[in-house]
Amino acid sequence: MSDAALLSDAIREDRAPRLSRSARGFKGHPMVQLTLVRFREFVREPEAVFWTFVFPILLAAGLGIAFRQKGPEQIQIGVVSSAGADASVVAAMRNDSTLITKTMDDSAGALALRTGKIALLVIPGASRDSVRYVYDRGRSEAVNARLIVDRAIQSGAGRVDVVKAGDTYVTETGSRYIDFLLPGLLGMNLMGSSIWSLGFAIVTARSKKLLKRLMATPMSRSQYLLSFLASRMFFLIVEVATLLGFGYFAFGVPLRGSLLALLLIAVLGAISFGGLGLLAASRARTVEAASGIMNFIMLPMWVFSGVFFSSSNFPDAVQPFIRLLPLTAVNDALRANMLEGASLAAVSPQLLIIFVWGIMGFFAALKLFRWR
Amino acid sequence: MVTPSLALQVQALRKSYGDVVAVAGLNLEVRAGECFGLLGPNGAGKTTTIEICEGLLAPDSGSVLVLGKSWENESQDLRELLGIQLQDTQLAEKLTVDETLTLFQSFYREARDVGEVIDLVELGEKRYSRVGELSGGQKQRLAVACAMVGDPDLLFLDEPTTGLDPQSRRQLWDLISEFRAAGKTIVLTTHYMEEAERLCDRVAIVDHGRVIALGSPGELIDSVDLSHLPAPEPRKTHATLEDVFVSLTGRTLRDE
Repeated sequence: MSDAALLSDAIREDRAPRLSRSARGFKGHPMVQLTLVRFREFVREPEAVFWTFVFPILLAAGLGIAFRQKGPEQIQIGVVSSAGADASVVAAMRNDSTLITKTMDDSAGALALRTGKIALLVIPGASRDSVRYVYDRGRSEAVNARLIVDRAIQSGAGRVDVVKAGDTYVTETGSRYIDFLLPGLLGMNLMGSSIWSLGFAIVTARSKKLLKRLMATPMSRSQYLLSFLASRMFFLIVEVATLLGFGYFAFGVPLRGSLLALLLIAVLGAISFGGLGLLAASRARTVEAASGIMNFIMLPMWVFSGVFFSSSNFPDAVQPFIRLLPLTAVNDALRANMLEGASLAAVSPQLLIIFVWGIMGFFAALKLFRWR
Repeated sequence: MVTPSLALQVQALRKSYGDVVAVAGLNLEVRAGECFGLLGPNGAGKTTTIEICEGLLAPDSGSVLVLGKSWENESQDLRELLGIQLQDTQLAEKLTVDETLTLFQSFYREARDVGEVIDLVELGEKRYSRVGELSGGQKQRLAVACAMVGDPDLLFLDEPTTGLDPQSRRQLWDLISEFRAAGKTIVLTTHYMEEAERLCDRVAIVDHGRVIALGSPGELIDSVDLSHLPAPEPRKTHATLEDVFVSLTGRTLRDE
């Protein structure tokens, strides 16, 4: 170092000692600071913590309890009691434990049927050899009730089955509603947190001119964007662990596949949705506009991608499009891993779809991004 | 590094937004080590000019040299050397003063100590308070602290004291004077003529995107002919910079 340089440094020292980046240590690295800011902003926003961590658990608990397995389902049956009706009809039905019979008069029976309190109304005939069933043919529960009631009445009247049939009952974990639901909730949560967390934070910073202020510093733009993914990865692990842990311990939801593979699916999904979040936030100047865009992106997937019910309920014609949605791919991959124990190779078509969405999202977002 | 004698050199700068011409061939030279004021009514093109100089806006035409460097070729180096306070930045409310400054500090290869900058802007008592809990004056001082934490050679302040109470304003004036005394350059915009008179070595009055008057506050004041002031100004024996401003830019209200 030349004398002149030393001298000018000395003058500087005299006024304001400068700290080089290395003197500021690990915590002084911009990537660390940017990620810490994401952390702090998240945990200091109680609403965000609720929607990310508590809400999915409440939803899983509520739905898991509502649709829990209750042993054989019991069917409510109404019987019209009229003078001269044969009491043996009622007696025959009482023999079947799946049927709960209530006697009622004509008008009460019609009302109960109309309001869905009973699945089937039985009107015994005047003599022993006739009976009339009143029910809605479009309700599978009612059709089922008719078969069971008819079987009970016929065998009560002395019909003998030609083929002797024996029943073996099984309950399989993995086939219950909660087993279907939990991977779907996990997928929905991955999508929601990635898109909301990126979208809101970026658009808020833009609308407050904070993004512009950061652009006026030597901050690296890529580090700014990467800090969102870095903090997302941390919260993702917490999110996946709480939801899966809850499902596993509270409802015994199976985890048949490799946990590492499951985490990889979740990470890939979160990054890919992060790209969509970035895209949603790439131009919007107000939080209101960004909310609209984010809902526009997510709403079709909430409906079509098989979160709460299987996407196979939709017509065959739209199935190819549903398969191509990123959330469908994430949900399918999560379910295959958790319920069937599928390997990563077995879900590679889904992983490819997720990957392509991520690439397209980031590419388009960076092309469109408004830094001011 | 050889210190250029000109901290800022702007030539034939033009910028339009659609049909609206914000800057119409503006020329400006700011010497190293001076405090330079950019005055003008709302919509005169001050903020557009300063944002082009800060490298945040691209001009339609014209050239800008900041500390002898251009934005096209040396933007990363320039960012390290500039301190910038923008007109209406809202810093993250959930972060504390200390966290905010540590974040801004991390962006610079060489920076000042956070505690020292906090003392400089007299926010010591608020060091661990959230930004959302600060008063307007404290937020403004934090914004200036963010501009200073990178130890800049040139400070751009866009209306740094707008909306502040007299105490906060004077505190910021002291801060700016100290920075100037350390041999650094300051370019500021303001609506307060008293502020410009107190702080600035030279001022430029800008209107309709052009510089219409340039000189030290004293020179500009001497140039005013009191008898030509628009009526009904009270009789005065000494003109003020405000008189200069009004005589040059008229009395019509300008809305942004």
